[in-house]
Amino acid sequence: MRASGKVLLTQRVKISRGEIHSIDERCKQCRLCIELCPKEVLQESEKVNEKGYHPPEAVEEPEKGKSCVACGLCEVICPEYAIWVEEKKENASTEGDQRERRF
Amino acid sequence: MIREEEPQELHPMDWWLRSERLPHIWCAGCGIGPTLYAWTRALDRVGIDKKKVVYVSGIGCCGRGSGYLDVDGFHTTHGRAIPFAVGIKLVKPELCVSVISGDGDLFSIGGNHFIHAARRNVDLLVICTNNFIYGMTGGQLAATTPQRDYSTTTPYGNTEPAFNTPYLADASGAVYVARWTSIHVRLLERSIAEALGMKGFRYIEVLSPCPVNYGRRNRLREVDDIAKWFWEFSVVKHEADTKEVQIERGKPLILGNFVKKEKKLSCYEELKELEERVRAAAEAKK
Repeated sequence: MRASGKVLLTQRVKISRGEIHSIDERCKQCRLCIELCPKEVLQESEKVNEKGYHPPEAVEEPEKGKSCVACGLCEVICPEYAIWVEEKKENASTEGDQRERRF
Repeated sequence: MIREEEPQELHPMDWWLRSERLPHIWCAGCGIGPTLYAWTRALDRVGIDKKKVVYVSGIGCCGRGSGYLDVDGFHTTHGRAIPFAVGIKLVKPELCVSVISGDGDLFSIGGNHFIHAARRNVDLLVICTNNFIYGMTGGQLAATTPQRDYSTTTPYGNTEPAFNTPYLADASGAVYVARWTSIHVRLLERSIAEALGMKGFRYIEVLSPCPVNYGRRNRLREVDDIAKWFWEFSVVKHEADTKEVQIERGKPLILGNFVKKEKKLSCYEELKELEERVRAAAEAKK
C-alpha cells in the first residue's frame, strides 16, 4: 500500500526547487545548516571569509537525490542571517514544499 | 560586515535588521538569532506596523539584540527589562511591547519583576531565551541549570533543582504560557504570532543552545549535538500541566502551548471600571 502511494505521489506532486544565496561575511561556521539540511545539499566551501571561517556552499547532485527543495530550513535555523533560499518559480508546488518541512 | 565596493545581496530579514552592525557578537550556533528571526516573522505574519513595535532587553547576550534590530529598542539595566516595558506600556498603550531577554536577567536578578508583572497582568509579551547557564560571564550556575549538570561553579554537578519557568509564569497568573526550542523555529513563530494576537501577560520560553559555556561542560560540545538533543528528546504536548514540564536529565523535554486563558488587564480595564464606579458614586452624593 505504502509503495503504491509513493508512486502516485511522485506522479502528482511537483517538488519545488530552490536556489541558495548566502552572505559569506556573516557566516561563523556553526555548521547548523550543513548538519540539518534534509537533502544534504550544503557543504563547507574552500572559501575563507574575513574572519577566517569557511562559509557553506550548495553542491547539488540530482542523480543522488541531492537537490534543494526550497524547504527553507537553512534560512530559519541560521543564527547569523547569512543564508536564504529563493524558490524557483517554474517548478513551484506548495504540496511538495510542505512535505519536506521537517522542523 | 558590508564593504562599500561590493554590492551586497539582501537577506529577506534585512528589512528588520540594522545590517551594518552584523555580524553580531553571539557565538556560532547561538539560539538568540533564530528566536529573533521567529519573532520578526511572527510580527510580519500578524501584520503589526514596524513603527509601533518596541523591543526591550536586559543585560546578557540577549541584551545586544535591541541594537541589531531596526525597531524601537531599549537596552536596560540588569534584570529591569520588565519594569521599563511596563513604563512604556503605561504611557503609550497603543504600542506592541515585547521583552526578549535571557534566563539570568528575567529569573535571577529580575525574578520579582517577572512574577509581579504576571500578577498584575500587564499587557506584555515576554520571551525568555533559556540557555541553562550564565553564558556571557563564563558559564556559572544559573537558576535554570538542570540538576546534576556541570558548570564552572559546580564542577562536580549541580545539586539544586532548576526553576520550572512555565509553572512559575502560570502560577503567577500569565494568560499565555508556551515553551519551544530555537530549533523548532516555525512552531515557535506560530506560537509567537498567537501570543501577539492576545492581550495580557504572555510568556514564551525558548530553549536555546549555548555550545560554548553549557554544551562544552555537558557532553554537548558541537552545536548539532544540542540541535539533536532538542529535536530527538523533545515531546510536543499542548495543554500539558505546567507542573510536569520540569527539565531534568534523562527525561524528555516537554514543549508546547501550555496555557491559554482570558483575563482582565488590571492596569487598564479594571482601573477604568474603578474610575467609572467612583465617579458614579461621587455624582450620586451630589
